[in-house]
Amino acid sequence: MIKTAWLVLKKDLTVEVRSLEIAYTTLFFAISCVLFFAFALVKEGQAPEDGAAGILWIAIAFGGTLALGRTFERERQSETLRALLMAPAARPAIYVGKLLGIVALLVAAEIVLVPLVAFLFQAPLLSHPFWLSAVLLTGTIGFAAVGTLFSAMLVRARSRDVLLPVLLYPITVPVIIAGVRATAALLQPDVELALVRFWVALLIALDVVFVTLALWTFEPLMTD
Amino acid sequence: MRALVVLLLMLSSLSASAATFRQQQPESQPPKQTDEFVPISQLPAQDQLPAAPLLVIAYAFVWLVLFAYVVSVSRRLAKVQHEVTRLESDIAKRA
Amino acid sequence: MPKWFIPVAAVTALMFAASPFLIANAPYEATMGLVQKIFYYHLPSAWVFLLSAIVCGIASARFLFGGSPRQDRLAYAAAELTVLFGAIVLVTGPLWARKAWGVWWQWDVRLTSSLMGWMVAWAYLLVRKYGGPGSDKLAAGLALFGMANVPFVYISVNYWRTIHPATSVVPTLPVDMGVALWFAVACFLLLFVLLLRLRVYLEEQRTRLDALYLSLDE
Repeated sequence: MIKTAWLVLKKDLTVEVRSLEIAYTTLFFAISCVLFFAFALVKEGQAPEDGAAGILWIAIAFGGTLALGRTFERERQSETLRALLMAPAARPAIYVGKLLGIVALLVAAEIVLVPLVAFLFQAPLLSHPFWLSAVLLTGTIGFAAVGTLFSAMLVRARSRDVLLPVLLYPITVPVIIAGVRATAALLQPDVELALVRFWVALLIALDVVFVTLALWTFEPLMTD
Repeated sequence: MRALVVLLLMLSSLSASAATFRQQQPESQPPKQTDEFVPISQLPAQDQLPAAPLLVIAYAFVWLVLFAYVVSVSRRLAKVQHEVTRLESDIAKRA
Repeated sequence: MPKWFIPVAAVTALMFAASPFLIANAPYEATMGLVQKIFYYHLPSAWVFLLSAIVCGIASARFLFGGSPRQDRLAYAAAELTVLFGAIVLVTGPLWARKAWGVWWQWDVRLTSSLMGWMVAWAYLLVRKYGGPGSDKLAAGLALFGMANVPFVYISVNYWRTIHPATSVVPTLPVDMGVALWFAVACFLLLFVLLLRLRVYLEEQRTRLDALYLSLDE
């Protein structure tokens, strides 16, 4: 099963590395989001207090939605998803492989976004790199877990571009809130690590719930 | 393309709601979380917002919405049943 | 429609008509006064909102794993009722909050997660209406996630700092308030069962119509 997931991940990465289309477009879109917020909210060089955390996560959420849509659109166009599902591979393994691909893509985007947001909004995001990475990773996994499931479900649906945000955003609100609060806690001058630990624990719990639900429902949802 | 437009619309509505929300913050400390309701027999003098309009609007809303829903379901039901009888008579005629 | 429908509907209507009198007789609350009486409709609608989300989730799970169209119809009906009772909660709440808290809305855990659950129910309806073929399964998957949110909504108010009253309010209610509340709860539960049955009936008729159209094509 792990082998299948790894194969799916490798396939996705190979295809992506060839053109880097999704990586570039997602990154560009996320950076534009951050810049939009900078233009709208930074007045006379003063960023709004605690704005950085929210803006970072919004950029991740919007960029992630775009990445999800594009990834599965690519699958749909070459009908590879149907081929994947017809292959004698465990369905949950396919889901895990796709999930890891999306997480890798988003993490790559975050590596660029974090310094950008830290610079534009004068936020000391890089002061606790370990905890920030933990928050970003658990939050991204939670977001991607639901996103991968819904995007795969929507591949054959009508109005799939509009329906993905409609389905995804309400469900991932707890993940985004936890991510924002944890990041905001890390940006305080005197960081309360206990609070950050609490939010990370909540994020991990959410990840477990979402991934479990997704693994459980992936099979019936992808079968006609 | 469509996804982009939708996302940009959401972006702008997000910032608009953030602006309106900021204006609504109460100036004083918010009250402590209630653990139990304490009853009294006499209503003390009210010097702030009159409560009666809010109460009336709340109950009126509940009644109206429930009524509107029942009406909506009945209308949809009538339409479907009309179609069903029409089709059944059509099929009967053909048989 | 089943035989119990009309009698139960009549009883429910009478109970609803009687409820304002019971509510008026209940004592005022010490700090909130008259506006607290919104509680007697706000809380039962909140419970029915959460119950409806659970019913939708369970029916969706049974539909996804069992394929029964009956469960699908039940899930669709329950989702619509979740939107309905959620709307009631989300309107009566702020009307009460405006006087009790001084603001219409707070982005605290209870309100945010309730709003989120309500939006998930809306998303369910949107998917069913505009999703095209296969949207019944899509929506069922969504409903499962929505149901996972329900316990969180309920207990959140006990573990996070919020000015929304905690769940301990209900068990510690004095008797005169309790009578009005539990009566209203009974009203709303009966109403939920009635509306659910009615809405499922509509879905059954729609299924019948689809079957007729199909037989016409043959």
